[in-house]
Amino acid sequence: MEDQIIIEAEELTKRYGTQIAVNNLTLQIQEGEVFGFLGPNGAGKTTTLLMFLGLTEPTSGKVRIVGFDPAREPFRVKEKVGYLPENVGFYDDMDARQNLRFIARLNRIPDKVSAKKIDELLQLVGLFEEATKKVGTYSKGMRQRLGIAEVLIKEPKLIFLDEPTIGLDPDGTNRMLDFIRSLSKEKNITIFFSSHLLDQVEKICDRVGIMIKGNLVAIGPIQELAQKKLGIDKEHYTLEELYMKYFKEA
Amino acid sequence: MVGVIIASMVGMSIQEESKGMAKPTLLFLWLFTSTGKLFSFVQFIGFFGPLIGIFLGFDSINRERVSRTLSKLASQPIYRDSIINAKFLAGMTTITIVLVGIVLIISGLGIRLIGVVPGSEEVLRLVIYVIISILYISFWLGISILFSVVFRSTATSALASLAIWIFFSFFVGLGAGFMADAVAPISQSGTNVDPNVLVKHEEVQRTVSLMSPMTLYNDATTTILDPTRKTTRGVILMGPLERLSLSRFQNPLPLFQSIIIVAPYLISIIAITFLCFGVCYLVFMRQEIRTV
Repeated sequence: MEDQIIIEAEELTKRYGTQIAVNNLTLQIQEGEVFGFLGPNGAGKTTTLLMFLGLTEPTSGKVRIVGFDPAREPFRVKEKVGYLPENVGFYDDMDARQNLRFIARLNRIPDKVSAKKIDELLQLVGLFEEATKKVGTYSKGMRQRLGIAEVLIKEPKLIFLDEPTIGLDPDGTNRMLDFIRSLSKEKNITIFFSSHLLDQVEKICDRVGIMIKGNLVAIGPIQELAQKKLGIDKEHYTLEELYMKYFKEA
Repeated sequence: MVGVIIASMVGMSIQEESKGMAKPTLLFLWLFTSTGKLFSFVQFIGFFGPLIGIFLGFDSINRERVSRTLSKLASQPIYRDSIINAKFLAGMTTITIVLVGIVLIISGLGIRLIGVVPGSEEVLRLVIYVIISILYISFWLGISILFSVVFRSTATSALASLAIWIFFSFFVGLGAGFMADAVAPISQSGTNVDPNVLVKHEEVQRTVSLMSPMTLYNDATTTILDPTRKTTRGVILMGPLERLSLSRFQNPLPLFQSIIIVAPYLISIIAITFLCFGVCYLVFMRQEIRTV
Protein backbone atom coordinates (compact mmCIF):
# COMPACT_ATOMS: atom_id res chain seq x y z
CA MET A 1 0.00 0.00 0.00
CA GLU A 2 2.79 2.38 0.91
CA ASP A 3 4.07 3.05 -2.57
CA GLN A 4 0.73 3.23 -4.31
CA ILE A 5 0.56 6.39 -6.36
CA ILE A 6 -2.74 8.18 -5.93
CA ILE A 7 -2.13 11.39 -7.83
CA GLU A 8 -0.07 11.48 -10.94
CA ALA A 9 0.29 14.51 -13.17
CA GLU A 10 2.45 14.66 -16.25
CA GLU A 11 3.30 17.91 -17.98
CA LEU A 12 -0.05 19.30 -17.04
CA THR A 13 -0.76 22.68 -18.61
CA LYS A 14 -3.73 24.99 -18.45
CA ARG A 15 -4.01 28.15 -20.50
CA TYR A 16 -6.64 30.83 -20.28
CA GLY A 17 -6.30 32.62 -23.60
CA THR A 18 -2.66 33.57 -23.74
CA GLN A 19 -2.19 33.45 -20.01
CA ILE A 20 -0.66 30.31 -18.63
CA ALA A 21 -2.22 29.35 -15.31
CA VAL A 22 -0.42 26.07 -14.83
CA ASN A 23 2.72 25.28 -16.73
CA ASN A 24 4.07 21.77 -17.25
CA LEU A 25 3.17 20.45 -13.84
CA THR A 26 4.57 17.04 -13.10
CA LEU A 27 4.10 15.45 -9.71
CA GLN A 28 3.36 12.18 -7.97
CA ILE A 29 1.73 11.70 -4.64
CA GLN A 30 1.67 8.48 -2.67
CA GLU A 31 -1.26 7.07 -0.85
CA GLY A 32 -1.54 8.12 2.79
CA GLU A 33 0.63 11.16 2.35
CA VAL A 34 -0.13 14.66 3.58
CA PHE A 35 1.01 16.87 0.77
CA GLY A 36 1.31 20.61 1.20
CA PHE A 37 0.71 22.62 -1.92
CA LEU A 38 2.15 26.08 -1.48
CA GLY A 39 2.16 29.20 -3.49
CA PRO A 40 1.19 32.85 -3.43
CA ASN A 41 -2.30 33.94 -4.37
CA GLY A 42 -3.00 33.42 -8.04
CA ALA A 43 -0.19 30.94 -8.54
CA GLY A 44 -2.51 28.37 -10.07
CA LYS A 45 -3.18 26.24 -7.02
CA THR A 46 -6.95 26.24 -7.34
CA THR A 47 -6.76 25.71 -11.09
CA THR A 48 -4.61 22.66 -10.45
CA LEU A 49 -7.17 21.34 -7.98
CA LEU A 50 -9.97 21.89 -10.48
CA MET A 51 -8.07 19.92 -13.09
CA PHE A 52 -7.47 17.12 -10.61
CA LEU A 53 -11.18 17.00 -9.92
CA GLY A 54 -12.24 17.14 -13.54
CA LEU A 55 -14.08 20.39 -13.03
CA THR A 56 -11.98 21.98 -15.73
CA GLU A 57 -10.14 20.41 -18.60
CA PRO A 58 -6.39 20.70 -18.92
CA THR A 59 -5.10 22.29 -22.11
CA SER A 60 -2.51 19.55 -22.40
CA GLY A 61 -0.87 16.91 -20.30
CA LYS A 62 -2.04 13.87 -18.41
CA VAL A 63 -3.56 13.40 -14.98
CA ARG A 64 -4.47 10.26 -13.14
CA ILE A 65 -6.31 10.44 -9.86
CA VAL A 66 -6.87 7.19 -7.98
CA GLY A 67 -6.04 5.53 -11.28
CA PHE A 68 -8.58 7.38 -13.43
CA ASP A 69 -8.42 10.30 -15.78
CA PRO A 70 -10.67 13.00 -14.30
CA ALA A 71 -11.43 14.52 -17.69
CA ARG A 72 -12.58 11.17 -19.09
CA GLU A 73 -14.03 9.44 -16.08
CA PRO A 74 -15.01 12.21 -13.70
CA PHE A 75 -17.53 9.90 -12.13
CA ARG A 76 -14.97 7.40 -10.89
CA VAL A 77 -12.73 10.14 -9.59
CA LYS A 78 -15.48 11.98 -7.78
CA GLU A 79 -16.62 8.83 -6.03
CA LYS A 80 -13.26 8.44 -4.39
CA VAL A 81 -12.24 12.04 -3.91
CA GLY A 82 -13.53 14.64 -1.49
CA TYR A 83 -13.11 18.32 -2.19
CA LEU A 84 -13.43 21.04 0.41
CA PRO A 85 -13.38 24.33 -1.46
CA GLU A 86 -12.19 27.55 0.02
CA ASN A 87 -15.25 29.10 1.72
CA VAL A 88 -17.46 26.10 1.42
CA GLY A 89 -21.14 26.77 0.74
CA PHE A 90 -24.18 25.07 2.20
CA TYR A 91 -27.89 25.25 1.73
CA ASP A 92 -28.51 27.77 4.46
CA ASP A 93 -32.16 26.98 4.94
CA MET A 94 -31.46 23.35 5.79
CA ASP A 95 -29.90 22.06 8.99
CA ALA A 96 -26.62 20.22 9.23
CA ARG A 97 -28.22 16.82 9.02
CA GLN A 98 -30.25 17.68 5.94
CA ASN A 99 -27.21 19.08 4.21
CA LEU A 100 -25.25 15.92 4.92
CA ARG A 101 -28.12 13.70 3.88
CA PHE A 102 -28.40 15.53 0.58
CA ILE A 103 -24.74 14.97 -0.18
CA ALA A 104 -25.04 11.35 0.93
CA ARG A 105 -27.91 10.86 -1.50
CA LEU A 106 -25.89 12.33 -4.32
CA ASN A 107 -23.31 9.70 -3.48
CA ARG A 108 -25.99 7.01 -3.63
CA ILE A 109 -25.76 6.15 0.03
CA PRO A 110 -29.18 4.94 1.16
CA ASP A 111 -30.80 7.02 3.90
CA LYS A 112 -30.73 4.15 6.37
CA VAL A 113 -26.99 3.80 6.07
CA SER A 114 -26.30 7.49 5.99
CA ALA A 115 -28.40 8.32 9.06
CA LYS A 116 -26.04 6.46 11.32
CA LYS A 117 -23.00 7.78 9.58
CA ILE A 118 -24.20 11.35 9.75
CA ASP A 119 -24.56 11.10 13.51
CA GLU A 120 -21.08 9.63 13.80
CA LEU A 121 -19.57 12.35 11.67
CA LEU A 122 -21.39 15.11 13.52
CA GLN A 123 -19.96 13.71 16.76
CA LEU A 124 -16.55 13.56 15.19
CA VAL A 125 -16.51 17.20 14.11
CA GLY A 126 -18.27 18.31 17.28
CA LEU A 127 -21.49 19.56 15.75
CA PHE A 128 -23.84 17.00 17.22
CA GLU A 129 -25.52 19.44 19.58
CA GLU A 130 -26.04 22.00 16.84
CA ALA A 131 -27.25 19.53 14.23
CA THR A 132 -30.83 20.77 14.17
CA LYS A 133 -29.91 24.43 13.72
CA LYS A 134 -30.13 25.94 10.28
CA VAL A 135 -26.72 26.13 8.67
CA GLY A 136 -27.33 29.81 7.95
CA THR A 137 -26.80 30.53 11.63
CA TYR A 138 -23.47 28.71 11.83
CA SER A 139 -20.20 30.44 12.54
CA LYS A 140 -17.30 30.21 10.16
CA GLY A 141 -15.59 27.51 12.19
CA MET A 142 -18.73 25.43 12.39
CA ARG A 143 -19.26 25.70 8.66
CA GLN A 144 -15.72 24.60 8.03
CA ARG A 145 -16.18 21.59 10.32
CA LEU A 146 -19.44 20.73 8.64
CA GLY A 147 -17.56 20.93 5.36
CA ILE A 148 -15.13 18.31 6.61
CA ALA A 149 -18.01 16.07 7.68
CA GLU A 150 -19.53 16.47 4.26
CA VAL A 151 -16.31 15.46 2.56
CA LEU A 152 -15.94 12.43 4.79
CA ILE A 153 -19.42 11.09 4.24
CA LYS A 154 -18.47 9.41 1.00
CA GLU A 155 -15.45 7.78 2.63
CA PRO A 156 -12.91 9.21 0.24
CA LYS A 157 -9.42 7.89 -0.36
CA LEU A 158 -8.16 11.33 -1.15
CA ILE A 159 -9.19 14.75 0.09
CA PHE A 160 -8.41 18.07 -1.52
CA LEU A 161 -8.42 20.89 0.98
CA ASP A 162 -8.30 24.41 -0.37
CA GLU A 163 -7.28 26.79 2.42
CA PRO A 164 -9.28 24.90 5.04
CA THR A 165 -8.17 27.02 7.98
CA ILE A 166 -8.67 30.43 6.48
CA GLY A 167 -10.80 32.63 8.72
CA LEU A 168 -10.61 30.28 11.69
CA ASP A 169 -9.45 31.39 15.13
CA PRO A 170 -6.15 29.97 16.47
CA ASP A 171 -7.85 27.33 18.53
CA GLY A 172 -10.07 26.30 15.66
CA THR A 173 -7.09 26.21 13.33
CA ASN A 174 -5.17 23.92 15.63
CA ARG A 175 -8.06 21.59 16.06
CA MET A 176 -8.59 21.50 12.33
CA LEU A 177 -4.94 20.68 11.72
CA ASP A 178 -4.92 17.94 14.34
CA PHE A 179 -8.01 16.54 12.79
CA ILE A 180 -6.53 16.52 9.30
CA ARG A 181 -3.41 14.86 10.62
CA SER A 182 -5.44 12.17 12.37
CA LEU A 183 -7.43 11.48 9.22
CA SER A 184 -4.28 10.65 7.40
CA LYS A 185 -2.85 8.61 10.26
CA GLU A 186 -5.89 6.65 11.28
CA LYS A 187 -7.83 6.22 8.09
CA ASN A 188 -4.95 6.30 5.63
CA ILE A 189 -6.61 9.08 3.69
CA THR A 190 -4.34 11.04 1.42
CA ILE A 191 -4.54 14.76 2.05
CA PHE A 192 -3.74 17.35 -0.56
CA PHE A 193 -3.47 20.53 1.42
CA SER A 194 -3.41 23.71 -0.60
CA SER A 195 -2.48 26.77 1.38
CA HIS A 196 -0.22 29.76 1.67
CA LEU A 197 -0.03 29.61 5.46
CA LEU A 198 3.45 28.26 5.84
CA ASP A 199 3.51 27.43 9.53
CA GLN A 200 0.46 25.22 9.15
CA VAL A 201 1.85 23.39 6.19
CA GLU A 202 5.08 22.87 8.05
CA LYS A 203 3.21 21.42 10.99
CA ILE A 204 1.30 18.72 9.23
CA CYS A 205 2.74 17.97 5.82
CA ASP A 206 5.10 15.16 4.89
CA ARG A 207 6.07 16.71 1.62
CA VAL A 208 5.48 20.06 0.00
CA GLY A 209 5.30 21.42 -3.48
CA ILE A 210 5.89 25.08 -4.14
CA MET A 211 4.12 26.65 -7.03
CA ILE A 212 4.94 30.11 -8.26
CA LYS A 213 3.39 31.72 -11.32
CA GLY A 214 2.14 28.45 -12.64
CA ASN A 215 5.41 26.61 -12.29
CA LEU A 216 6.12 23.96 -9.73
CA VAL A 217 9.52 25.20 -8.56
CA ALA A 218 10.19 22.64 -5.85
CA ILE A 219 8.83 19.38 -4.55
CA GLY A 220 9.94 17.14 -1.72
CA PRO A 221 10.19 16.87 2.08
CA ILE A 222 10.82 20.27 3.64
CA GLN A 223 14.22 19.56 5.17
CA GLU A 224 15.49 17.91 2.05
CA LEU A 225 14.49 20.90 -0.04
CA ALA A 226 16.00 23.28 2.46
CA GLN A 227 19.31 21.53 2.47
CA LYS A 228 19.43 21.42 -1.27
CA LYS A 229 18.53 25.03 -1.66
CA LEU A 230 20.09 26.75 1.31
CA GLY A 231 23.00 24.48 2.13
CA ILE A 232 23.61 22.57 5.33
CA ASP A 233 24.97 25.36 7.46
CA LYS A 234 21.98 25.24 9.75
CA GLU A 235 20.48 22.30 11.56
CA HIS A 236 16.88 23.24 10.88
CA TYR A 237 15.26 25.57 8.42
CA THR A 238 11.80 26.88 8.65
CA LEU A 239 9.61 26.55 5.63
CA GLU A 240 9.32 30.29 5.51
CA GLU A 241 13.00 30.80 4.84
CA LEU A 242 12.85 28.28 2.09
CA TYR A 243 9.70 29.67 0.59
CA MET A 244 10.98 33.22 0.55
CA LYS A 245 14.13 32.10 -1.16
CA TYR A 246 12.15 30.48 -3.95
CA PHE A 247 9.76 33.35 -4.11
CA LYS A 248 12.48 35.93 -4.59
CA GLU A 249 14.11 33.92 -7.31
CA ALA A 250 10.95 33.59 -9.32
CA MET B 1 -50.53 31.70 -6.34
CA VAL B 2 -53.77 31.43 -4.46
CA GLY B 3 -54.35 35.08 -5.25
CA VAL B 4 -53.94 34.32 -8.91
CA ILE B 5 -56.47 31.55 -8.69
CA ILE B 6 -58.98 33.62 -6.78
CA ALA B 7 -58.60 36.54 -9.14
CA SER B 8 -59.29 34.50 -12.21
CA MET B 9 -62.08 32.72 -10.39
CA VAL B 10 -63.89 35.91 -9.54
CA GLY B 11 -63.69 37.00 -13.14
CA MET B 12 -65.14 33.67 -14.16
CA SER B 13 -67.98 33.51 -11.75
CA ILE B 14 -69.16 37.04 -12.43
CA GLN B 15 -69.54 36.46 -16.10
CA GLU B 16 -71.17 33.13 -15.43
CA GLU B 17 -74.08 34.99 -13.94
CA SER B 18 -74.49 37.20 -16.95
CA LYS B 19 -74.88 34.46 -19.46
CA GLY B 20 -76.91 31.36 -19.48
CA MET B 21 -79.63 32.39 -21.84
CA ALA B 22 -79.03 30.30 -24.91
CA LYS B 23 -77.07 27.17 -24.36
CA PRO B 24 -74.19 26.98 -26.78
CA THR B 25 -72.39 23.77 -27.43
CA LEU B 26 -69.19 23.13 -25.56
CA LEU B 27 -70.22 25.64 -22.95
CA PHE B 28 -67.77 24.29 -20.48
CA LEU B 29 -64.76 25.58 -22.37
CA TRP B 30 -66.18 29.08 -22.13
CA LEU B 31 -65.06 29.02 -18.56
CA PHE B 32 -61.54 29.40 -19.79
CA THR B 33 -61.86 31.50 -22.88
CA SER B 34 -64.55 34.08 -22.26
CA THR B 35 -63.33 37.34 -20.88
CA GLY B 36 -65.11 37.98 -17.66
CA LYS B 37 -64.74 41.31 -16.00
CA LEU B 38 -61.11 41.73 -16.91
CA PHE B 39 -59.59 38.91 -18.86
CA SER B 40 -60.05 35.25 -19.56
CA PHE B 41 -58.01 32.57 -17.97
CA VAL B 42 -56.26 31.85 -21.25
CA GLN B 43 -55.22 35.47 -21.65
CA PHE B 44 -54.14 35.52 -18.06
CA ILE B 45 -51.78 32.57 -18.49
CA GLY B 46 -50.57 33.90 -21.83
CA PHE B 47 -49.67 37.14 -20.17
CA PHE B 48 -48.53 36.22 -16.69
CA GLY B 49 -47.55 32.61 -17.23
CA PRO B 50 -44.10 33.71 -18.37
CA LEU B 51 -43.65 35.40 -15.01
CA ILE B 52 -44.20 32.08 -13.25
CA GLY B 53 -41.53 30.51 -15.43
CA ILE B 54 -39.13 33.36 -14.90
CA PHE B 55 -39.52 33.40 -11.15
CA LEU B 56 -38.97 29.67 -10.97
CA GLY B 57 -35.77 29.79 -12.95
CA PHE B 58 -34.01 33.11 -12.75
CA ASP B 59 -31.76 32.25 -9.81
CA SER B 60 -31.45 28.52 -10.30
CA ILE B 61 -27.80 28.28 -11.25
CA ASN B 62 -26.31 31.52 -10.09
CA ARG B 63 -27.72 31.23 -6.62
CA GLU B 64 -25.82 27.98 -6.28
CA ARG B 65 -22.82 29.89 -7.50
CA VAL B 66 -23.25 32.76 -5.07
CA SER B 67 -23.80 30.50 -2.10
CA ARG B 68 -20.81 28.46 -3.28
CA THR B 69 -22.68 25.21 -3.38
CA LEU B 70 -22.21 24.70 -7.10
CA SER B 71 -18.59 23.61 -6.86
CA LYS B 72 -19.57 21.26 -4.09
CA LEU B 73 -22.34 19.76 -6.18
CA ALA B 74 -20.05 19.45 -9.15
CA SER B 75 -17.49 17.54 -7.13
CA GLN B 76 -20.02 14.87 -6.19
CA PRO B 77 -20.25 11.75 -8.30
CA ILE B 78 -23.10 12.98 -10.45
CA TYR B 79 -23.01 14.02 -14.06
CA ARG B 80 -22.98 17.70 -14.61
CA ASP B 81 -26.00 17.49 -16.87
CA SER B 82 -28.05 16.12 -14.03
CA ILE B 83 -27.69 19.43 -12.22
CA ILE B 84 -29.23 21.38 -15.05
CA ASN B 85 -31.72 18.65 -15.92
CA ALA B 86 -32.87 18.61 -12.32
CA LYS B 87 -33.31 22.37 -12.31
CA PHE B 88 -35.41 22.19 -15.43
CA LEU B 89 -37.46 19.20 -14.35
CA ALA B 90 -38.11 20.65 -10.92
CA GLY B 91 -39.39 23.83 -12.54
CA MET B 92 -41.56 21.91 -14.97
CA THR B 93 -43.02 19.82 -12.19
CA THR B 94 -43.95 22.92 -10.26
CA ILE B 95 -45.51 24.47 -13.34
CA THR B 96 -47.48 21.31 -14.00
CA ILE B 97 -48.80 21.15 -10.47
CA VAL B 98 -49.75 24.81 -10.50
CA LEU B 99 -51.51 24.68 -13.85
CA VAL B 100 -53.33 21.43 -13.24
CA GLY B 101 -54.35 22.76 -9.85
CA ILE B 102 -55.73 25.99 -11.25
CA VAL B 103 -57.56 24.27 -14.08
CA LEU B 104 -59.10 21.77 -11.68
CA ILE B 105 -60.21 24.49 -9.29
CA ILE B 106 -61.78 26.49 -12.08
CA SER B 107 -63.48 23.38 -13.47
CA GLY B 108 -64.76 22.40 -10.07
CA LEU B 109 -66.15 25.80 -9.32
CA GLY B 110 -67.42 26.09 -12.85
CA ILE B 111 -69.38 22.89 -12.60
CA ARG B 112 -70.99 24.15 -9.44
CA LEU B 113 -71.72 27.56 -10.86
CA ILE B 114 -73.09 26.70 -14.28
CA GLY B 115 -74.14 23.15 -13.67
CA VAL B 116 -72.64 21.89 -16.90
CA VAL B 117 -70.53 18.77 -16.83
CA PRO B 118 -67.75 18.64 -19.41
CA GLY B 119 -67.95 16.01 -22.10
CA SER B 120 -65.02 13.84 -23.10
CA GLU B 121 -64.06 16.10 -25.98
CA GLU B 122 -63.98 19.12 -23.73
CA VAL B 123 -61.82 17.29 -21.25
CA LEU B 124 -59.47 16.28 -24.04
CA ARG B 125 -59.28 19.84 -25.29
CA LEU B 126 -58.53 21.01 -21.78
CA VAL B 127 -55.76 18.45 -21.40
CA ILE B 128 -54.19 19.61 -24.65
CA TYR B 129 -54.52 23.17 -23.51
CA VAL B 130 -52.75 22.38 -20.23
CA ILE B 131 -49.94 20.62 -22.08
CA ILE B 132 -49.44 23.60 -24.40
CA SER B 133 -49.43 25.91 -21.41
CA ILE B 134 -46.86 23.82 -19.59
CA LEU B 135 -44.61 23.93 -22.63
CA TYR B 136 -45.13 27.64 -23.02
CA ILE B 137 -44.25 28.41 -19.42
CA SER B 138 -41.34 25.97 -19.64
CA PHE B 139 -39.99 28.01 -22.50
CA TRP B 140 -39.79 31.00 -20.17
CA LEU B 141 -38.32 28.80 -17.50
CA GLY B 142 -35.66 27.83 -20.02
CA ILE B 143 -34.97 31.47 -20.85
CA SER B 144 -34.53 32.37 -17.22
CA ILE B 145 -32.35 29.34 -16.49
CA LEU B 146 -30.23 30.30 -19.47
CA PHE B 147 -29.75 33.76 -18.06
CA SER B 148 -28.99 32.35 -14.64
CA VAL B 149 -26.20 30.34 -16.24
CA VAL B 150 -24.86 33.26 -18.23
CA PHE B 151 -25.04 35.99 -15.61
CA ARG B 152 -23.29 35.78 -12.30
CA SER B 153 -25.70 37.95 -10.40
CA THR B 154 -29.27 36.94 -9.69
CA ALA B 155 -30.52 40.51 -10.12
CA THR B 156 -29.06 40.74 -13.61
CA SER B 157 -30.57 37.48 -14.72
CA ALA B 158 -33.98 38.41 -13.31
CA LEU B 159 -33.95 41.77 -15.05
CA ALA B 160 -32.71 40.30 -18.31
CA SER B 161 -35.47 37.69 -18.32
CA LEU B 162 -38.06 40.34 -17.53
CA ALA B 163 -36.73 42.52 -20.31
CA ILE B 164 -37.05 39.67 -22.79
CA TRP B 165 -40.54 38.97 -21.53
CA ILE B 166 -41.62 42.59 -21.95
CA PHE B 167 -39.98 42.80 -25.33
CA PHE B 168 -41.71 39.74 -26.72
CA SER B 169 -45.03 40.32 -25.04
CA PHE B 170 -45.51 44.00 -25.83
CA PHE B 171 -43.04 45.39 -28.28
CA VAL B 172 -43.14 42.67 -30.88
CA GLY B 173 -46.85 43.26 -31.18
CA LEU B 174 -46.32 46.99 -31.56
CA GLY B 175 -43.42 46.46 -33.92
CA ALA B 176 -45.53 44.17 -36.05
CA GLY B 177 -47.99 47.00 -36.57
CA PHE B 178 -45.27 49.42 -37.56
CA MET B 179 -43.65 46.97 -39.89
CA ALA B 180 -46.94 46.24 -41.57
CA ASP B 181 -47.69 49.93 -41.97
CA ALA B 182 -44.30 50.52 -43.49
CA VAL B 183 -44.43 47.63 -45.92
CA ALA B 184 -48.05 47.89 -46.95
CA PRO B 185 -49.57 51.15 -45.81
CA ILE B 186 -53.34 51.32 -45.56
CA SER B 187 -54.71 54.79 -45.86
CA GLN B 188 -56.82 55.66 -42.86
CA SER B 189 -59.42 57.75 -44.66
CA GLY B 190 -59.80 55.78 -47.85
CA THR B 191 -62.89 53.69 -48.06
CA ASN B 192 -61.71 51.72 -51.03
CA VAL B 193 -58.99 49.63 -49.64
CA ASP B 194 -57.17 47.51 -52.14
CA PRO B 195 -57.68 43.94 -50.92
CA ASN B 196 -54.19 42.95 -52.01
CA VAL B 197 -52.64 45.63 -49.85
CA LEU B 198 -54.85 44.63 -47.01
CA VAL B 199 -53.79 41.01 -47.33
CA LYS B 200 -50.15 42.00 -47.48
CA HIS B 201 -50.56 44.25 -44.48
CA GLU B 202 -52.11 41.45 -42.55
CA GLU B 203 -49.48 38.96 -43.62
CA VAL B 204 -46.59 41.13 -42.59
CA GLN B 205 -48.16 41.90 -39.27
CA ARG B 206 -48.79 38.24 -38.55
CA THR B 207 -45.37 37.13 -39.60
CA VAL B 208 -43.68 39.62 -37.35
CA SER B 209 -45.94 39.05 -34.42
CA LEU B 210 -45.37 35.32 -34.65
CA MET B 211 -41.88 36.09 -33.43
CA SER B 212 -43.50 36.46 -30.06
CA PRO B 213 -44.07 33.25 -28.13
CA MET B 214 -47.10 34.92 -26.61
CA THR B 215 -48.78 35.20 -30.00
CA LEU B 216 -47.92 31.61 -30.75
CA TYR B 217 -49.42 30.54 -27.49
CA ASN B 218 -52.55 32.66 -27.75
CA ASP B 219 -53.26 31.53 -31.28
CA ALA B 220 -52.72 27.90 -30.42
CA THR B 221 -54.76 27.84 -27.27
CA THR B 222 -57.75 29.86 -28.39
CA THR B 223 -58.19 27.56 -31.34
CA ILE B 224 -57.95 24.52 -29.13
CA LEU B 225 -60.33 25.82 -26.54
CA ASP B 226 -62.77 27.46 -28.92
CA PRO B 227 -63.95 24.89 -31.45
CA THR B 228 -65.96 27.44 -33.41
CA ARG B 229 -62.77 29.08 -34.56
CA LYS B 230 -61.67 27.51 -37.77
CA THR B 231 -58.54 29.45 -38.44
CA THR B 232 -55.99 31.42 -36.52
CA ARG B 233 -56.10 34.28 -39.00
CA GLY B 234 -57.74 37.59 -38.26
CA VAL B 235 -58.80 38.74 -41.70
CA ILE B 236 -60.60 36.28 -43.86
CA LEU B 237 -61.31 37.29 -47.38
CA MET B 238 -64.32 35.56 -48.69
CA GLY B 239 -65.63 35.00 -52.12
CA PRO B 240 -69.22 33.88 -52.57
CA LEU B 241 -68.23 30.23 -52.50
CA GLU B 242 -66.40 30.49 -49.25
CA ARG B 243 -69.29 32.36 -47.84
CA LEU B 244 -71.54 29.56 -48.85
CA SER B 245 -69.35 26.88 -47.37
CA LEU B 246 -68.94 28.85 -44.17
CA SER B 247 -72.66 29.19 -43.73
CA ARG B 248 -73.03 25.49 -44.27
CA PHE B 249 -70.48 24.52 -41.69
CA GLN B 250 -71.49 26.52 -38.72
CA ASN B 251 -70.87 23.66 -36.38
CA PRO B 252 -67.83 23.53 -34.19
CA LEU B 253 -64.76 21.83 -35.52
CA PRO B 254 -64.00 18.34 -34.33
CA LEU B 255 -61.04 18.07 -32.01
CA PHE B 256 -58.77 16.49 -34.55
CA GLN B 257 -59.28 19.35 -37.01
CA SER B 258 -58.51 21.89 -34.31
CA ILE B 259 -55.31 20.06 -33.57
CA ILE B 260 -54.34 20.15 -37.23
CA ILE B 261 -54.83 23.89 -37.28
CA VAL B 262 -52.65 24.47 -34.26
CA ALA B 263 -50.02 21.85 -35.06
CA PRO B 264 -47.50 24.33 -36.49
CA TYR B 265 -47.92 26.54 -33.46
CA LEU B 266 -47.51 23.63 -31.15
CA ILE B 267 -44.39 22.48 -32.91
CA SER B 268 -42.94 25.97 -32.81
CA ILE B 269 -43.53 26.22 -29.09
CA ILE B 270 -41.92 22.85 -28.50
CA ALA B 271 -39.03 23.82 -30.77
CA ILE B 272 -38.25 27.09 -29.03
CA THR B 273 -38.53 25.42 -25.63
CA PHE B 274 -36.04 22.76 -26.60
CA LEU B 275 -33.80 25.24 -28.35
CA CYS B 276 -33.68 27.34 -25.25
CA PHE B 277 -32.90 24.38 -23.06
CA GLY B 278 -30.29 23.17 -25.51
CA VAL B 279 -28.43 26.46 -25.52
CA CYS B 280 -28.60 26.56 -21.76
CA TYR B 281 -27.20 23.05 -21.59
CA LEU B 282 -24.34 23.85 -23.92
CA VAL B 283 -23.34 26.97 -22.07
CA PHE B 284 -23.48 25.27 -18.71
CA MET B 285 -21.50 22.23 -19.77
CA ARG B 286 -18.71 24.37 -21.12
CA GLN B 287 -18.52 26.67 -18.17
CA GLU B 288 -15.80 26.27 -15.65
CA ILE B 289 -16.94 25.91 -12.10
CA ARG B 290 -14.86 27.94 -9.71
CA THR B 291 -15.41 28.92 -6.18
CA VAL B 292 -14.12 32.42 -6.62
